[in-house]
Amino acid sequence: MRYIPHTEEDIRQMLDAIGVETVGDLFTGIPADVRLQRPMNLPPALAEGDLLREFKQLARQNATVESHLSFLGGGAYNHFIPAVVDQMISRSEFYTAYTPYQPEISQGTLQAIFEYQTLVCQLTGMDVANASMYDGASACAEAVLMAVRASRRKKVLISAALHPEYRETVETYCRYLDIELVTIPFAADGRTDLSALERALGKDVAAVVTGYPNFFGVIEDLAAQAGMAQGSGARLVTAVAEPIALGLLKSPGELGADIVAGEGQSFGIPVSFGGPYLGFFAARQQDVRSMPGRLVGETIDKEERRGFVLTLSTREQHIRREKATSNICSNEGLCALMATVYLSLMGKAGIREVAVQNHSKADYARRAIAALKGYAIPFAAPVFNEFVVEAPEPAAAVLGRLEQQNILGGIPLERYFGGMANRFLVCVTEQNSKAEIDALVAALAGGGQ
Amino acid sequence: MEFPEELKYTEEHEWVLIEDGVATVGITDFAQDALGDVVFVELPEVGTVLEAGKSFGVVESVKAVSDVYAPVSGEVIEINEELPDTPELVNTSPYEDGWMVKIKLADNVELDDLMDADAYQEFVEDEE
Amino acid sequence: MTTLGTSGLILNEKLMFEHSDPGRKGYSLPPLDVPAVTLPAPLVRNEVPGFPELSEVDVVRHFTRLSTWNYGVDSGFYPLGSCTMKYNPKINETVARLPGLAGVHPATPEHLSQGALKLMYELQTALAEISGFSAITLQPAAGAHGELAGMLMIRAWHEALGNPRAKVLIPDTAHGTNPASAALCGYEVVPIASDGVLSAQTVAEHMDGEVAALMVTNPNTLGLFESEIREICDIVHAKGGLVYCDGANLNALMGIARPGDMGIDVMHFNLHKTFATPHGGGGPGSGPVGVTKALTPFLPVPVLTSGESGYRLDYDRPQSIGRLRSFFGNFGIMVRAYAYIRTMGAAGLKHASEMAVLNANYVRARLEGTFHLPYPNRSLHEVVFSDRDLAGDCHTLDLAKRLIDYGYHPPTIYFPLVVKGAIMIEPTETESQETLDEFCEAMLAIAVEARDTPGLLHAAPVRTRIRRLDETAAARKPRLKWEG
Repeated sequence: MRYIPHTEEDIRQMLDAIGVETVGDLFTGIPADVRLQRPMNLPPALAEGDLLREFKQLARQNATVESHLSFLGGGAYNHFIPAVVDQMISRSEFYTAYTPYQPEISQGTLQAIFEYQTLVCQLTGMDVANASMYDGASACAEAVLMAVRASRRKKVLISAALHPEYRETVETYCRYLDIELVTIPFAADGRTDLSALERALGKDVAAVVTGYPNFFGVIEDLAAQAGMAQGSGARLVTAVAEPIALGLLKSPGELGADIVAGEGQSFGIPVSFGGPYLGFFAARQQDVRSMPGRLVGETIDKEERRGFVLTLSTREQHIRREKATSNICSNEGLCALMATVYLSLMGKAGIREVAVQNHSKADYARRAIAALKGYAIPFAAPVFNEFVVEAPEPAAAVLGRLEQQNILGGIPLERYFGGMANRFLVCVTEQNSKAEIDALVAALAGGGQ
Repeated sequence: MEFPEELKYTEEHEWVLIEDGVATVGITDFAQDALGDVVFVELPEVGTVLEAGKSFGVVESVKAVSDVYAPVSGEVIEINEELPDTPELVNTSPYEDGWMVKIKLADNVELDDLMDADAYQEFVEDEE
Repeated sequence: MTTLGTSGLILNEKLMFEHSDPGRKGYSLPPLDVPAVTLPAPLVRNEVPGFPELSEVDVVRHFTRLSTWNYGVDSGFYPLGSCTMKYNPKINETVARLPGLAGVHPATPEHLSQGALKLMYELQTALAEISGFSAITLQPAAGAHGELAGMLMIRAWHEALGNPRAKVLIPDTAHGTNPASAALCGYEVVPIASDGVLSAQTVAEHMDGEVAALMVTNPNTLGLFESEIREICDIVHAKGGLVYCDGANLNALMGIARPGDMGIDVMHFNLHKTFATPHGGGGPGSGPVGVTKALTPFLPVPVLTSGESGYRLDYDRPQSIGRLRSFFGNFGIMVRAYAYIRTMGAAGLKHASEMAVLNANYVRARLEGTFHLPYPNRSLHEVVFSDRDLAGDCHTLDLAKRLIDYGYHPPTIYFPLVVKGAIMIEPTETESQETLDEFCEAMLAIAVEARDTPGLLHAAPVRTRIRRLDETAAARKPRLKWEG
């Protein structure tokens, strides 16, 4: 076995040093009645070349942007990843290190996280950001728990236009904590219904949770929501599933959000069938001690040189145990590094330009589909790079026909929203050329013939 | 390690100074030494009514965190406004500048449950 | 003695923001081939204030220099106890990056993602066989996330029987995540003393009709097998409770004993420990959970199944605890773990566990006598010493920092809490006898230094780019971002 260096002679010497006869003697602490009395039934071991062949065989059975035109979004986005990102995170000093518990030999990871925290604060317009959470959905759930903890209130209002999987995750986290979740419907234009929100608010509400953009790609009126929420002492939790939008849109912080939780996959992380992704999490300074997850802070060493350490650790589970702000331990460190490298390449001009491209292409596609006979765009509010399409027939049938032409045309919405059988969600990014968009429109136009 | 004679003590390592029906409360020299460098102190708001034996605040060092318990019941009439910005006072001056809250005593009988300096010193030596 | 650690030219590097130069670009985008449009002015920001402006070369130099300030498993010996820092095979990185795996969108229809689903199904099947459980969910993103999933299922099971119960028993050797996870399920945590190995009698004394579960780690954080586990499970079950096992230390048991056969009801795996996926400087991990048949109705949605129409995702699970995150889990980590299992095979995995235990016992044999061993029971994959016998007013932290000067990543320190000044060493199976000998010689040399020249320990590390950092200042006046 090439990963295990022991020769028979090594084993002999080591057993002698320990003072036992056989390797089996090392396991005498395990009672016989719980021992496995047979070999495990697993597929035979593969040599490296055979393994690669087997995995390539599995890989061939999946549709990707190499085999299909893709307009899939809904919380995972197909953006271009510069080659530098993978080259940098493949430095094994980064990816084979553990959590930076020994700061003197972990300054690379620590400084990169400090830079990541800074970039997240700049993008979201918030005061403090943590070192990462699992993904956007779990970050959103942690934001809800934090708002409940900080406000000592037990009721949370959730927009029906929030990503449904974020909502389901919030439900799971709150399941046994005696927290009441109330749904706020969306209005005809696809934004959260502000009058319904106003009616539901009261002195018992800990948080209002909305997407920005929301699940329908629609840009919410965060300023109005923040004003209403804060008027009754609630925190506005903003969930950002497509953070490329923050290159163009006003930041949630500027609009009054109290906690911003989001998904950083768009920043240089492959779609990878749903993970690993990157939960980002930012809050106001006054709430820093209620935040979940690790934080990196700047300090100095004995000789007054700048360095970085994990700090405010007493919030965390390894010290505060059952009273911790979260149970999170391992986070998504390497994905945070991918986002840091990606954002440092894009920079001030690039994040703007890629956001404008996404929005412009989505706008072009949206207008073209709206012009098709039988098709409609049900939500009139402005969108970023995704929009809902209403087809003249069930979405499943339309999308099935597109698949025949190697087009993944969108995500059917019926699974998430009853009564939306004819609707699907279309995403357009900078990766979709005008020719691809035209092909999608043509394929939709050809449907039903 | 100091154990001032004029103070009363709890098993949770708080000290109490009684003057004119007002109890001034902090944590002891032993407690600050065990915690190490204090980095954060969380105190209740003035007007909060405390119940003896219940947690009213938190003291944090880099590697540990500890609740602070009310030695006596009563209303908080003053808090040490210096501590949020200079938590190190708890280390440098636990019995004076590092005081935490002043409580208007609700019930003098509770004082009987507290230890005097000798008893606390003995208690600490047993704990070590 | 020539030590591994030495000093060389290390480059300083500023924060990326301090390199920024207006007008520099590190990206390329194709020309926009549709009309450029923007949004109504009230929705739009002018710029992202403070964002850097760097060339590609600036970025590459920046992160390359930062990387040299780190220590990874590929740099050297990393005996961090309970973290199983084994070698991360390179072929696993290659297969995880295959475009047909890394490029699959999670909303791809099931019939067009059968390869990805098959891989997940095969991994589930292998993990079930390795652990002895009936069903596996791959959804949790890390060990603590798996604990949350497992404890939620335990609570859901009790709720279905009509009484959620109130308490969870957790031995004093547990990871801090265990109590935090139990609390997230609304349970009161009752710590119980273990004296190294948990006794059935102690569990019996604490077990009553309000205890929902016992959470154990087996082997425990002292590296000891919980030898009364079978009886303990019987006691808990007899009072209607369930047993949760933290599987962080599964690397001692593969092919030797299966938690599912011991009476344990739920266990999480750490693919980033036992199954060789890289730790990434803190993540991403993956924390699948195995359960007994009785708990399968409560698994998170979706549940991956196999049938005549291929692999499919079942969302129609009325008793499910729900979902713990978006999509299906950390697929890229599953790919690496599955590649590891396919490379090792059944005999290879068993050999890995055997050599991991051999290595830990070898380190123990070489250091016992110089370092205090608080629990003399037979060690499995890791061994815990204390700093009791370290001379010169030197403590575990000083020893750890001095090990850095010798060229090693320190062991886990001050954990488990039941050992004062704990030094927790987990060598893993991928280290050779030569490496272990060199490490042990460094440990023994440091013990001598503590006696003769303790200043060396107190000053350590001295060979690193920066020295010990002021953590108190960092916590008193937190600076958590660059502000120019």
